[in-house]
This record gives sequence, C-alpha cells and structure tokens, in this order.
Amino acid sequence: MELLDLVFLIPAFPLLGFITLLLIGKPLGEPLAGWIGTAAMAGSFTATVLVYLGLRNQDAEDRIFSQTLFEWIPAGDFSVDIGFLADPLSIAMCLFISGIGMLIHVYSIGYMHGDEYFSKFFLYLNLFAFSMLMLVLGDNLLLTFLGWEGVGACSYLLISFWFEEPANATAGKKAFVTNRIGDWGFMVATFLVFFTFGSIKYVEFLPAAPGMSTNTATAIALLLFVGAMGKSAQFPLYLWLPDAMAGPTPVSALIHAATMVTSGIYLLTRVNGLIYEAADWVGNVIAWVGVGTALFAATIAVAQTDIKKVLAYSTVSQLGYMFLAVGTGAYVAAIFHMITHAFFKALLFLGSGSVIHGMHHDQDMRHYGALRKLLPITSATFIIGWLAIAGVPPFAGFWSKDEILLAAWDTGGVNGKALWAVGLVTALLTAFYMTRQVMMTFYGRYRYDDPTPVEIDQAWNNRIAASQLTINEAVAAEDAAKENVNKAVAAIATAETNLETMRNNVPVAEGNVETAKAALAEATDENREQLTAQVAAAENGVIAAQTTITNGETALETAKANVPIAEQAVVDATAKRAEASEALAAVQRERANAPVPEPAALFSEPDISGVEDFLPEEVAERREFHPHESPWTMTLPLGVLAVLSIVGGFLNLPFSWNHKWWHHLEHWLEPTLAHKHEIAASGNTKFLLALVAIAAGIIGIAFAVNVYLKGKGPKPAAIEKSVLANGWFYDLSVSNFMGGPGRKLFDLVAWFDATIVDGAVNGVGSVVRGVGGTARRTQTGLVRNYAVGVAVGAVALVGWFFLRASL
Amino acid sequence: MLAAVEVTSNWYLILSAALFAVGAMGLLIRRNPLVMFMCVELMLNAVNLSFVAFGDRLGDIAGQVSVFFVLVVAAAEVVVGLALVVAISRRRATTTADDLSVLRG
Amino acid sequence: MVEVIVFFVCAAIVLGGAAGVIIARNPVHSALFLIQTLFGMAVLFISLEAHFLAAVQVVVYAGAIVILFLFVIMLLGVDQAEDLNIEPIVGQRFVAGILSLGIFFLVTASLVGSEDAITGARGSSGQIVDETVKPNVEQLAETLFTDYVFAFEATAILLTIAVVGAVVLARRTKGDMLDTPKNTLEIREENYQARIDARAAELEAEAAGNNSAAEAPDSAEAGDDLVDAADATDGGEA
Repeated sequence: MELLDLVFLIPAFPLLGFITLLLIGKPLGEPLAGWIGTAAMAGSFTATVLVYLGLRNQDAEDRIFSQTLFEWIPAGDFSVDIGFLADPLSIAMCLFISGIGMLIHVYSIGYMHGDEYFSKFFLYLNLFAFSMLMLVLGDNLLLTFLGWEGVGACSYLLISFWFEEPANATAGKKAFVTNRIGDWGFMVATFLVFFTFGSIKYVEFLPAAPGMSTNTATAIALLLFVGAMGKSAQFPLYLWLPDAMAGPTPVSALIHAATMVTSGIYLLTRVNGLIYEAADWVGNVIAWVGVGTALFAATIAVAQTDIKKVLAYSTVSQLGYMFLAVGTGAYVAAIFHMITHAFFKALLFLGSGSVIHGMHHDQDMRHYGALRKLLPITSATFIIGWLAIAGVPPFAGFWSKDEILLAAWDTGGVNGKALWAVGLVTALLTAFYMTRQVMMTFYGRYRYDDPTPVEIDQAWNNRIAASQLTINEAVAAEDAAKENVNKAVAAIATAETNLETMRNNVPVAEGNVETAKAALAEATDENREQLTAQVAAAENGVIAAQTTITNGETALETAKANVPIAEQAVVDATAKRAEASEALAAVQRERANAPVPEPAALFSEPDISGVEDFLPEEVAERREFHPHESPWTMTLPLGVLAVLSIVGGFLNLPFSWNHKWWHHLEHWLEPTLAHKHEIAASGNTKFLLALVAIAAGIIGIAFAVNVYLKGKGPKPAAIEKSVLANGWFYDLSVSNFMGGPGRKLFDLVAWFDATIVDGAVNGVGSVVRGVGGTARRTQTGLVRNYAVGVAVGAVALVGWFFLRASL
Repeated sequence: MLAAVEVTSNWYLILSAALFAVGAMGLLIRRNPLVMFMCVELMLNAVNLSFVAFGDRLGDIAGQVSVFFVLVVAAAEVVVGLALVVAISRRRATTTADDLSVLRG
Repeated sequence: MVEVIVFFVCAAIVLGGAAGVIIARNPVHSALFLIQTLFGMAVLFISLEAHFLAAVQVVVYAGAIVILFLFVIMLLGVDQAEDLNIEPIVGQRFVAGILSLGIFFLVTASLVGSEDAITGARGSSGQIVDETVKPNVEQLAETLFTDYVFAFEATAILLTIAVVGAVVLARRTKGDMLDTPKNTLEIREENYQARIDARAAELEAEAAGNNSAAEAPDSAEAGDDLVDAADATDGGEA
C-alpha cells in the first residue's frame, strides 16, 4: 500500500475522536476524554508524517496526489467530490496543524482541569481539527469552504465556551457575524471560478488560469482576499480577534493564533497562480492592507494591559506580515512565517495560559511582575518565544520576518521601500511591546500583593467612612447633652411651680388652724377631744407644708446648680463634634494630597501610607496566595514548542553550504507555486537589510527594558495613550454606527422581510388553502365519479393523438 | 360481392374499440362491484384483441406475448378485487360501489 | 368469404355478450353473458392465427375467472337484481354515453383516416411470424421463454403476491357487522332534504307571520265594529 493512500486518515482520526466523544464523552469524563482527543490528534499527526514521507519519495514534479473518496454533489455539469489534494503545501500545513494541535490537546488536559464541560471542550477541539484539516486538504473550493465554515463554527463554539458569561457569548457572536462578511467574498469567488472555468477543482482550474481575462482574475483574487481578510483578521475585519480571547487560552493558541487565522493566507497561496493573472495593483492592495494592519495592530498592542489582548493584537499584526509577503508574491516567505509564527505564538499563548492558570485567572499584567522565579519553566519558554517574535537571531521569527522584509524591499521603487519601512517600524514596535510584556510579567517587582488603585481608593473610602462614623457619634452625644439641659430647665420650672403651689397652701393650712382653734374655743365637752385632735392635725399640716417648701427650695437650688454642668457638657460635646469634623477634613485633605496611585506601580510600591489598616479584604486574601507552576501536561508542550521556536528558522536559512542553498521550505513548496519568486537584491543588500532588522529589534528591546525595567526615559503612562488602549476607537465607532444609523437600515431590512417576504409566503399559503378548500369538494368518495375522471382523461388523450395525426 | 371483401386488421381494431366503449360505459353506469369488475374484463379483452390484431398486422409475435401478460395481470386483479368485495360484504349488508364512499377521508 | 362471415358472426356474439353484461340486472346473468363474449373472442383469436391465446382464453378466462365470479356471487348471496331504473348520481349516464361514444368514434375515425394514425408512426416491418418456418404456438413459446423470461418470472411473483393478498383480505376477521354509515349520496340526499324542510318551514313561518299580521287589523276592526254596534244599539235604545 502506498503511503500516499493514507491521506484520508489525516482528517479521519479527528472525526473519529469527535464521534467517540460525542457518543461516550460525558461518561468517560476527566481526564480520559482528553486523552482520547489527544490520541486522535496523535493518529492524525502520524498519518501526516507518513504521507509526508510518501511525498518525499516522489520526484519534485510528481509531488501532487489526489484522492477522491466519493462524489458529493452531482448536479448536471457541476459536480463536487469529497476528495483530498496532498501536495507539499497542504501537507506542510497539515504537519503543523496536527502537530501543534496534538500539543495543545495535551496542554488542555492540564488547563481545563476541573472544568464542568471537560469532555465537551475536547469534542469541539477535535471537530475543529477535523474541519481545519478538511479546509487544507480539500481538493476543491467548495470542500475548502466546508472546512472554512466548520472552523468558523468551532471558533464560535469555543469562544463562547464559558457561555454563562454574557460577554463571552457576545464575543462568539461577534466573531461569527464578522466572519460572514468574509465568507460572502469567498462564496462569490467560488461562483465566479465555476462560471469562468467550469470547475472548482484546484488541479483543474489552476492550470487553466494562465491567459485568462485579467478582469476576472482581479475580481476573483479580490473576493478571495475579502474572505481571507475576515478569517485572518485583517483591517477592517480584524475586530473579532481581540474579543475572541474570551475563550479558554488553549483555544486562543490553537485557533486564534496558530491555525484557523492562517487559513486566509493558505487560501491565497493555494490560488497563487490565479492571483498572478490578476492586475498588478491587486498584489499591492494585499501588501498594503497587510502591512497597514501590522502597524495598526502593533500600536494598539503597545497599550494593552491584558496579557492575552497583547498577544491577540500581536497575532493580527503578524498576520499582516504574512499578507505583506503574499502581496509581494513571496508565498514561501508567507508560509515560512506562518509556520514559525505558529510555533512561537502558540508557545506565547500557552505560556500566557500557564501564567493565568498560576495567577488565579488574573489576566492583568499590571498585577504580575517577577514571576520568573515562581514559574521557572513557563518563564524560560516564554522568554524563548519573546526572543523569537522580537526578531533576535537565531530564533525562528528572525529568519521568517527577515525574508518578508527582504521581499518587500525587493518589490523595488518607492513603493517597495515604503512597504519595507513600515514593516521595519512594525518590527521595532513588536520588539517593544513584547519586551514590555515580558518585563511586566516576569521581571521587575512582584506586584501581586500590591493594592490596586481601585483598592487604594476603596481604602480611603473606608477611612473616611470611619471618620464619618466618629462625627456621627459626636453629634449624637451633643444631642443627648442638649436634651439633658432641656430636661434640667424643665425640671426647674416644674419645681418652681410646685413651690408656688405649696406656698399658697401654707396660708390655707394656717387658716385651717385658726378655724380649728376657733372651733375649739367654742367647743363643748363632748367634742373637745375631737376638736383638739383636729387642731393638732391642722398644725401638723402647716408643719408638713413648711417642710415640703423647705425641701422644694433645696431641690430647686440643686437643679439650678445642675444646669451649668449640663450646659458645660453640651459645650464639650460640640467641641468634640467640631474636632471630629476637623479630623474628617484632615483625612480628605490627606487623601487629596496623597499621590494618585499609578495604574501600574512598576518600580516602587504604591504609596498607601495612612490607609494601611483600611485595605479591603481581597488584598489580604491575595497576600495569602502564592503563584504556582503548572502541571507537566502544560509544561511539556511549552518545552516542545520552545525547541521548535528556536530551530524553526532552519527550515529556510538564507545561507549556502557546499554550494547548496539551505532553502528547504522553498524547494519543498516549489511544485505548488506557479511562478518562482526571485530575489533580485544582492547578497550585500540582504546582509545590510538583515543588520537593520536586527538593529530595529534590539532598539525596541532596549527601549522597553529602559522604560519598563529600569524606569528611565518616558513614563509608561506617557506611552500607553488611551487612544491606543482603545484601539484607535475603531471598535467603538463601528459599534456606534451599527447601533445608530446602521440599526435603522437593518430595521428597514427587517420590515421588508416581515412585510414583503413573509407576506408573499403567507399569501402563497392562503391561496393554496383556498384552492385546496375548493378542490376537496371533488373528492366525493364515489368510485364512479373517479372513473369518469379517468375516462375523460382517456378520451382527451385519444382526441389529442387524433388531432395530432390528422393535422 | 362479399368475395371481394378482405377482413383487414382495421376491422378487428374497430370491433375492439366498440367493445372497449361498451365496457367503459358499463363501468360508469353499473353500481354492483362484481359487474363493474366484469366490465373491466371486457375492456381488457378489447385491448387484448387490439394487441393480437396489431401483432398480426405488423407480423410481430410480441403482440401475443403482451396478451399473455395482460391475462396474468387480469387474473391477479380479479383475485384481489373479489377478495376485497368479500371483505367488504362481511362488514356491510348491502354492497354497491356508491356505498364505498364512506371510505372517504 | 368464410372469414368475413366468421368475423361478423363473432363480432355480433362479442358485442351482444358485452351489451348483455351491462344490461342484465342479475349479476349471474351478467357473468353468463361475459362467457359468451369470451367465447366469441376466442374464435376471433383463432381467425387471427393466435391459437394458443384462443385456448388460454377459453381455459383461463371462461373456465377460471368467470367461475370465480360466479362463485363469489353465490357465496355472498349478492345475486339480488340491481334496479337499473334509478341512477343516484345526477348526469352519470349521460356523461358515460358521451365518453364511450367519444372513445369509439375517435378511435374509429383515426383508424379509418389513415393506416398509422393512432401512433403517427409506422410499425416495425419484417415478417417474424412465418408459418413456413415454425408453427405459431412454438414461436410464442420460444419468445416467451427467451426475450420475455424476466417478465414471465415476474408474473409468478405477481400471482404469489395476489394470492397472499387475497387470503389476507378475505380472512374472516373478528367483530360484528359495522353500523352502516351513510354514504356520500345519502348524506347529499339528507342535506338536500334538510334544506327543503328548512325552506318549507321558513315559508310556513313567513306565511303564518303574514296571516297574523293580516289578521290583527281585522280583529281590531271587528272590535271597532262591535263597539260601533254597541253604540248603535245604545243609540237605538236612546
């Protein structure tokens, strides 16, 4: 059996994994479901390697192999097969898709540990791998489109994997909807290809491309480029990629960095023969969109604080590089950069995932710092990825980026120089923002324990609240004292009234005594005794009244003496209240005078003097937490990818050895390229350009180290403008437009749909119902009525024959 | 006078047409399903006659072969049809074709 | 000469039998008339050199199929005469006459009009039936078992299915006679009757209303008359 015949196995393994997980994934659970998904990818990778070896055994010209499984859509002249095209390009893609895919599966076993939907995650990942491999291996545009839509659907499912968060679900929808615009371009291009060539098979229409109408080729190339812009996140359709970071980090690494987003470049490379036939300016458009996006995204990446957002914009930027290469016709450079980028960007994403995993799912780089010692493996591999993307030789990124810049320069004229210059500036920015990321994450001060500005603010609020509480207490005390004074005054008034009454009582009592004595004077013997007793009682009453008066007078004295004391207490309480208010004002002054806490206290601890005791509980909780290195399932892929990021450049070295050029990748891909791309520049120029590129990288790194590690030069805040952090407000303006005037337009469309389209459909329905209501009357159930119908038909038929024969 | 006249296949075909017309008429006007079946047999016989007449005219034995198959189909049809009549008459006292309209949905 | 006589006699027998089938009130008589038609047909087959078919016609049709008809008629006791004087479906007979006459005249017209009018094409020539080479029956057998052997085998399956179907259909099932729901014609009749009744009731009601309306002034007048009469009487007394 030929090794090449195994090509169908490449997508078959992930499909098998998908079906297995679909049927029994949930009962298998963690971690078995993950290992089954990984095994499927391993099988796919093995099959790819075998097919690769099979292709190697062929002569260079014969390295193209078609395998048709079955006819999928037969429709007249139009027929689509489920068929695979194994050639150097598709197999090179498959190698890194299945290889990196396998590593990311292993990584995910560690990363998704304990997730509720563990097996579902691997189900989606396998489905994605299947779709991506179909996209690459499909031997016609429609099959590629099938894979194209499949990866889009998986991307949607995986971005919104944690769909309980509304933001994640929205991010998924955004990616899906944005990609539709690109898909429209792809579909129309497919129609045009079929219309022009009568076939959508690559092996049939690509050889027919030379000599075709330039206008048609231009249209097809531009439409395919629109499709590629959507999938590969180029301006203006890049919007969805930063939001796609809402998905789990392995997804970001696999789909939104290494594989799916490169499918646009793959597509354009696949139809390079057709683009060659297009007008010259098409290449220029592609190159300028690419390099423009590269620069644009790089400036945004400079100001991002989310570790994954930096990498997302970096991906957009690097994809721009690849389009620059495609636009200048340097397809080998594009594929070369695609492969090296897959290595180091997957590494960086997985590394960031490891950091996020170790840091309790905190993604803000301002809270990192000095993680080098805490996460040794992660930081070592991440640093390798950084050097690779920053363009430091001999790491992989340098070689591929250098090729692209060389190709841009080689386009010639002012145009070429300008492309090169913008590319170089982007390279410098790339080195800068990646260094910034590494410095903020792995070097500098350990900032995880620092209270954030928000927390400091909260601490101040806590302290003010405490002061406020004191004031409230003082006010309450003052009120109580005042109440006491009032009470005392009221008591004096009452006592005086009582005293008055008593004094009035004394004459009455004395009168009583007089009366009693007079009565006694006239007393007879019988009642004398009784009257005497009455006099005594009256006299007693007088004495008692006088005693009461004396007592009342004493009490009044005492009460009068108490009033000044109570008044003194009021004065004291008021003083206390004033004091407390003063204290609050002091605190507020202190807060106003306190330095505004920097968003990122890179070099010194944030000034929290005065509020140390008022920090919210989260800070204390964080101080309890210690970042930890990830399990081996996560660090192993990091190690492998780190090695690949170091040696990846050797695929296509610009050196000669024993008069043999080390252009392995270029020789390998040669059969799939319609036209060889020759570099006209001399060896010296190449060397000089490489030196300039290295210099740019080093300047970027040095500048970032200065700013972010040593604290010299401009302040970080001066660099991270809010316009950059907000992505030049592009996203916002698109949202505003779509939510405002765009919304009205779509309302109109919705109205049209509801009224005209639905109206037509409903109209057809009611007409059919009316006709049916009438027609059902003919169904009498009487056999003989039906027989009449048959007889009428027979007579009509014979009559028609008769007329036809006699006329 | 008659000696000069040849029996041509057209004669048979006209007879066949007449027989077919009679059969069709019977099918349309009779209500007894058994008689309706007999009328169907008449029509089939008319067709058989035209098959044989055409076969004779064109000198092709296939006309007779067709009649053979028509015969078989007619036999099968009668068997199933009569079985239906039996099944229906088990359930209903009177059996006219018009009564079968109760089967209408 | 003889052929012509034979043809006309047989044609008379065939058409007479056919007419008998559709005219006879009793299905038993219809079956017997059918036998007459089939025998006439067999003779016509012989005159068309189709000897085997003539034999089959007598054996299978007359001998088997018609006997089956008679058997069923006798078994079910459905040999009651059918009243041919009524036709429940309005216009059915008229339409039937038009249609059968239409078929007959159209076919005849095209046959008379030209030799190949029916199909508009000439038949395949070439004398396959050659009495000098082989007898007719042998040729039929050979054709049937060579060119048409698949169709022949298929008829075997068809007959098997028919037998199975007949057994399944005619098997005695449990359950009593169903109440006989009204058929379409009876429903139609009923609705018609109901409409007539309703219309009649309406008319009656209308008539009654008119009468009472007409009567009311009469009685008033009558009352007035009485009063007048009383007045007159009073006046008379006064």
